[in-house]
Amino acid sequence: MYRKEKSIQLKSSSAALYNNLSVLRLPGRQLACFSAVHGPSVNVVSAATDGLGISHRQLQVKDGGMAVSTSVLTQAAWCVLPSRVLLVLTSQKGIQMYESDGSIMVYWHALDVTEHPPGQAVFARGIAAAGGRFICVGTSSGLVLVFDIPPKGTNITVSEVLEQHRDAITDIAAELGQAPDGTGDLVTADDAGALCVWSAGEEFTLLSKIPAFGCTCSSVKLWNGVVAAGYGNGQIRLYEAATGLLRAEVNAHARWIYALDLAPETGKLLSGAEDSFVHIWKLSRKPDTDDVEIEHCHAECVTDTQVCGARFCDPEGNSFAVTGYDLSEIFRYGR
Amino acid sequence: MSARTLPLLFLNLGGEMLYILDQRLRAQSIPGEKARKDEWTDVDRKRVMNDIITTMFNKKFMEELFKPQELYSKKALRTVYDRLAHASIMRLNQASMDKLYDLMTMAFKYQVLLCPRPKDILLVTFNHLDAIKDFISNSPGILNQVDETFRQLIETYSCLSAGEFQLIRQTLLIFFQDMHIRVSIFLKDKVQNSNGRFVLPISGPVPWGTEVPGLIRVFNHNGDEVKRTEFTTDGNYVTPQREGSFDLYGDRVLKLGTNMYSVSRPVETHMSGSSKNLASHAKENTVPNPLAKEEMNFLARLLGGLEVKTPGGSETGFRLNLFTTDEEEEHAALTRPEELSYKVINIEATQEPGRRAELSRILGELEVAEPRPASSGKGEDLLALMDGL
Repeated sequence: MYRKEKSIQLKSSSAALYNNLSVLRLPGRQLACFSAVHGPSVNVVSAATDGLGISHRQLQVKDGGMAVSTSVLTQAAWCVLPSRVLLVLTSQKGIQMYESDGSIMVYWHALDVTEHPPGQAVFARGIAAAGGRFICVGTSSGLVLVFDIPPKGTNITVSEVLEQHRDAITDIAAELGQAPDGTGDLVTADDAGALCVWSAGEEFTLLSKIPAFGCTCSSVKLWNGVVAAGYGNGQIRLYEAATGLLRAEVNAHARWIYALDLAPETGKLLSGAEDSFVHIWKLSRKPDTDDVEIEHCHAECVTDTQVCGARFCDPEGNSFAVTGYDLSEIFRYGR
Repeated sequence: MSARTLPLLFLNLGGEMLYILDQRLRAQSIPGEKARKDEWTDVDRKRVMNDIITTMFNKKFMEELFKPQELYSKKALRTVYDRLAHASIMRLNQASMDKLYDLMTMAFKYQVLLCPRPKDILLVTFNHLDAIKDFISNSPGILNQVDETFRQLIETYSCLSAGEFQLIRQTLLIFFQDMHIRVSIFLKDKVQNSNGRFVLPISGPVPWGTEVPGLIRVFNHNGDEVKRTEFTTDGNYVTPQREGSFDLYGDRVLKLGTNMYSVSRPVETHMSGSSKNLASHAKENTVPNPLAKEEMNFLARLLGGLEVKTPGGSETGFRLNLFTTDEEEEHAALTRPEELSYKVINIEATQEPGRRAELSRILGELEVAEPRPASSGKGEDLLALMDGL
């Protein structure tokens, strides 16, 4: 069903970090951009969709002054807002925001180390655009910082700090489809496996809380009022965002899940894990019973690779890209 | 990232070092009565192992190690092992020390990568400690020290969550990123490919706490299961039999971290230029290191706790060769690829007089009886002192 296509070579290898691949499509400019964190730097690649012409850029972690040791980036992701697209990098020191091509840093937010108990790891992780106006970023203390992004310029401010999680944030996702009224714009996930569903606005409101069951939730997606969550025990679970009800449980992978992605036009779900497998599933909702369905579509084994990032490259889910630990290329598949 | 990674890194690398040294010492040892004055005997071997293990588990050293801190560079860590390997009458040339460090790091990288659960890194550590206790089973004093460290590990790590263990694992994997040195024993066992990358099996027992992939369950809004479907893949997984023990004594179940060397399986490495990402390596070697001062402070604190024996009176140091012949060792030293060099780069010594004096004092205590480099006129140059040892 999906064939392996030409890989994109990277200037350096990818690190074993959750959700370590971000893809930005610019259909108007026939361009697709990919970013994967190497460690203290991130590789940003622009590839023309006709396959010719690839340009590379490497962005460095901002150390924020007195460097004790080389700090690393934890994640890189493009945030698409109606007025602009920003490339957001999170690290052990803070949050860097750039214009979408990575050319200019427009904002820097340093993490407050004193907020964390001594000896605990300090970092930011989890990035998503929400409510057409905000960018939300998580921290290792469980806080979610909400940044208010003006249509242009550098006057970015912290509009709110959400304090519902008690463990390090792992991933944040915004509603990708049509949310039935009141089912939430944003979901945040943490190291303990707890999930929170929010409605975005001048003030964010907590709509529901999905309790942990003993496993880290490393990746999360929200689509048409359904939360898709990937866990450290290899399971994918689907919940109703509004109520927190468990609707499906999949024994999907033999090891820790590192990435999930969703194609909003078809409901295809992509999962990648340490077990070398990438799976494609199809989510659907029965209109009469309101039952949530999930079926398996395709399995891809990326030989001898611990997958750390996986993303669809188009909104229907006809193509996807994968990164792996220690690999200096992005694998691509299409049909 | 995780501030709790260093003890695990140090103890596991140390464990691998002991496996390798033990194997090489056995391979090169001569029965006591027949040995010449400069040849290894069984008694010498046991003494070297005892000396290194005693030094490694020194109480003050362990205290420093277990303090929450970030991982430092490979170079800084390598210096600690250099010192450790010379904690006895044994001497290693640069080429043998390089090879030793290559083997140690690739072995632990393999173990971290293949751990079923992040928490299993603790079981790997326990495997190493169990074996270390075996090496010194006849010395109750040192045995006590090792047990103390065991208890400290249990105390520090037992309460960490799976998420925190995964952070430790990710921190270790970043440390080992881009290392693809081919190890003969791994190639023979088919756990490493000829391009230096490890084989990741897609069969066998799933980690404890994970289900075998395949089942999909769907629930209605009352929470009742309304449908079950199955899917298949190329993977061939089974349920694990039991979980390894995290107690002071017990069956660890996991084989990772146990001794894979024996006298009949010599350890060799092939210098691999297969890594295409030498850009990152080369950069590390040429750019002046602005973190050197902090690293030196760290080393001084750590090494301050390391008591190193000086060979007494009439004894001379015994040289251990990690290669099969002296010629091979010489050849390896000459042909080691630049990008794989562990050379400490030349940096300015710290300018603070007070700090300099303290570091000099600590290093003075650690100094082995070898001629000191001539004073440069700028006072004791820290790096020169370390290079001379």
